[in-house]
Amino acid sequence: MPQDHKDRDESAPDGRGKVSRRGFLTSVGTGALGAAAATQVQAQAPPSAVVVDANELTKVTLHINGRRHQVLVEPRWSIAYVLRERLGLTGTKLGCERGECGACTVLVNDIPRYACMTLAIELDGTSVTTLEGLMQGEELGPTQQAFLEEDAFQCGYCTPGQVMAVEGLLRVNPDPSLEDIRRNMAGNLCRCGAYVHIFRAARRAAELKRTQGGAS
Amino acid sequence: MTPHSEDRYYVLDHEAPETPPPTSDPAPWGETRVVGKPLPRIDAYERLSGSAVYPADITLPRMVYGAILRSPHPHANVTAVDVSKARTMPGVHAVISGSDIPASLSAHARTMRNQIFLPRCRYEGEPVAAVAAETPYQAADALRTINVTYEVLPFVADERRAMEPDAAKVHDQGNQVMPTVTYRRGNVDRGFAEADVVLEQEYRSECEIHTPMELHGCVARWDGDSLTVWESTQGVYNVQTQVAAALGLPLSKVRVVGEYMGGGFGAKLGAGKYSVIASLLAKETARPVKLTLTREETYLAVGNRPPSNMRLKAGVKRDGTLTALQFVASGSGGAYRAGGVSALDFLIKDLYLCPNVHTELTDIYINAGPARPFRAPGHPQCSWALEQLIDALAREIGMDPIALRLKNVPTFSQARDGNPPYTTTGLAQCLREGAAAFRWQETRDAIARERDGGHVHRGVGMAAALWAAGGGGPPCTVVIKLFSDGSVNLNMGASDIGTGTKTVMAMIVAEELGVDPYDVQIAHADTGTTQYASASGGSKTIPTEAPTVRAAALDVKRQLLELAAEELEVELSTLQLENGTIVSSADPSKTTPINRLRSFARRRSITGIGYRGPNPADKAVTPFAAQFCEVEVNARTGEVKIIRFVGAHDSGRVMNRLTYQNQVFGGITMGIGFAMTEERVLDVDQTGKLANKNWHDYKLPTALDVPADMTCVPIDIPDPEANIAGAKGIGEPATIPTGAAIANAIYDAIGVRLTATPMTPAHIVQALANAERGG
Repeated sequence: MPQDHKDRDESAPDGRGKVSRRGFLTSVGTGALGAAAATQVQAQAPPSAVVVDANELTKVTLHINGRRHQVLVEPRWSIAYVLRERLGLTGTKLGCERGECGACTVLVNDIPRYACMTLAIELDGTSVTTLEGLMQGEELGPTQQAFLEEDAFQCGYCTPGQVMAVEGLLRVNPDPSLEDIRRNMAGNLCRCGAYVHIFRAARRAAELKRTQGGAS
Repeated sequence: MTPHSEDRYYVLDHEAPETPPPTSDPAPWGETRVVGKPLPRIDAYERLSGSAVYPADITLPRMVYGAILRSPHPHANVTAVDVSKARTMPGVHAVISGSDIPASLSAHARTMRNQIFLPRCRYEGEPVAAVAAETPYQAADALRTINVTYEVLPFVADERRAMEPDAAKVHDQGNQVMPTVTYRRGNVDRGFAEADVVLEQEYRSECEIHTPMELHGCVARWDGDSLTVWESTQGVYNVQTQVAAALGLPLSKVRVVGEYMGGGFGAKLGAGKYSVIASLLAKETARPVKLTLTREETYLAVGNRPPSNMRLKAGVKRDGTLTALQFVASGSGGAYRAGGVSALDFLIKDLYLCPNVHTELTDIYINAGPARPFRAPGHPQCSWALEQLIDALAREIGMDPIALRLKNVPTFSQARDGNPPYTTTGLAQCLREGAAAFRWQETRDAIARERDGGHVHRGVGMAAALWAAGGGGPPCTVVIKLFSDGSVNLNMGASDIGTGTKTVMAMIVAEELGVDPYDVQIAHADTGTTQYASASGGSKTIPTEAPTVRAAALDVKRQLLELAAEELEVELSTLQLENGTIVSSADPSKTTPINRLRSFARRRSITGIGYRGPNPADKAVTPFAAQFCEVEVNARTGEVKIIRFVGAHDSGRVMNRLTYQNQVFGGITMGIGFAMTEERVLDVDQTGKLANKNWHDYKLPTALDVPADMTCVPIDIPDPEANIAGAKGIGEPATIPTGAAIANAIYDAIGVRLTATPMTPAHIVQALANAERGG
């Protein structure tokens, strides 16, 4: 897998909340692992877009956790697959690969998004934040720390997605009500049933972020 | 790797190999410094930073990806498998089936034909072929090119029809798994004759599917004739035994590792066919193979809680004395013998004092995926029936439902031969203290006072429970190594399936050896390097591993004090270990921190071994529970809002207040799913296929379906007779009474009994309409 790393990512998009138009233009679902993905791209792509075969590797530039990665991907590869199996960023988990559980939630330009339903080629040029990207060096970030303090997980497998969903909420709403939190978290399943502790962790995370001067 | 369930933990009183008894018989803990405190988990950092490596996260050099082709029919013979196209697909390294057995796997031909890829598929999802390819996408492409010819057979997908004479036969000998199991004590006819009130009701609970967040799967790698399997499992030693047997390998040549795993709830107690298939593919490709099931496959093929059809008849005197219970039930563990009625009548036989009891259980085959133990097998279903009927009896005789239960609290186990006493019985405290925390009477009064004649009705309900198997037991071995700087390695085979096992064990080490629990490094869940442990299921891990860890820590402490007595030249009996310091009651000047002991520094480490002793003879170790909830029911839409829940639990000593509470809330949440949303839907009339094999159509409770107002009331009574940690299991009792408590609250709100799960708005509206028509 050819890729290049730079310690500092100078070309990362800086606009919070700005979603790249290009991400939308090529937006198709990955649904099941589908050979049909290629024809969907063809059907939906605007006239100016380059059409590629399912197995043809395409170069994309991904800005992941502040580092630039140039990777060759098949158009049908989800960003979850690329993160986990190609880049070794296994903090992002896969639970269903059909956009139902939220274990794969990442932030794309600060907005929570299911990585299993997002093609890597859609994210060319965007800024992706995964669980690993919330770390402050070797220390847990405030949202992660809040989950630790409130014991807001059991097996820990949905947890990266839960953490990213809380993080995404707090980036747009630094002081959410309980009802805000419950609605925001409704797209993230937890089979161990740690929801009540997750609600508490979300409020604790908001506190920690305030006391740490909004650092994320 | 026989197709039926190998999981034994719910089978009571089975023979188990025993470890040697612990060397000492210590006194119970008095005041504790660490044990019981609400400490965050010692592995929270790993789970929250992303550095924890789950089996699904593993990537190895040259690794390829496996995938399984499964029968789309609930019942069919495989007559031909054509894999010729698949072998030519891009990236494909291997294709195997019952008729495609490469030379490298010839030694496993019989296993592949008779155990893995069966010629007769008895449920949708039975494996037929498998591939390995360079990406999971290519593996999925290759599967689609395999052409299987099936002879489709008649099916039966509903156990309520499977006993009819013209029903399709799942197995040639018929659809009844074994003769109906009957239990009798006393005489129920006499009991019903003595009763002032007799009620009888039918209940049904739907089949529930575990769906842990991490998909079932593994990574398999061969090094010569040795196999390593990283498996998402509750019990590495179970997987080792099953994989070794399937492949004809000595146990020493099969290493199974499962350090982190993303939930099991009973569905990951042992190996799956996928574990063996991954190993076969790895052998054929001479590469590591990762095989992770798809979510749809996990709905079909890796277990469920069987559907239960229950008829319960109960008699009670006006003073609340239960006189008779009669329970006739059936269920289905799917297409193989898999415990379709396992422990289904245990609560009937054991929860309340009752001299006259009769139960009949019939296990039936259907063409559906085999059951596996699911968090407290049989118990939530039985509670669904028993606790609703007890509630109805209380109303019928005008007694408070808590008072009726208190009237019938047992102190000995009636279900077990010889009626052994329970070591401790916290049921009455669960009922009383739970009711107080819930403000039961005040809330009932307030609801009665505030009833406004609108269409939104409030109600409260409660249910009690016990769990048949929460005492743990041998075998278990733990090794603790104390370094001369005072830090500790702990070695145990048990998996921490998310319940906080590792954290509690570190706290026990801290309690006994005076070290910081966060300085305890734990190696676990690895058959190659860690000690034997049974699978983490049946709420056995705390009551099994905790006393064993304590025994190992005490062994270390004994050796350390002996060393100190010699070096400091004082009587051994005067020495104690306090916060990492040796203290002599005879001579305070001899006080020495352990890292200053020269003899210990020279030796570098002390290793202690702990064994799990036997459970008390002629006593039953049993956790108890009572849960209380308040609901709001919209009688127009049928929507139910669960406002709050209180769980009062006697699981002996509370080992960690924080993780204990997490178990209670998690159990309640899972119980909400059982009662309100979850149902396996088989297309019983047309195709026999599973119609909702995904989380969109099969609904788990979400953040919007659980009340934020949950309260955990631990009845913290250490149980010194149970084991030397004084603890009983909490994981399973936490989910047993939940469903019935909600049903009782809904009845309290709208005056209609919902006797079938799930209590969806549609079912509630229908039940209200029926009641109106009937009344």
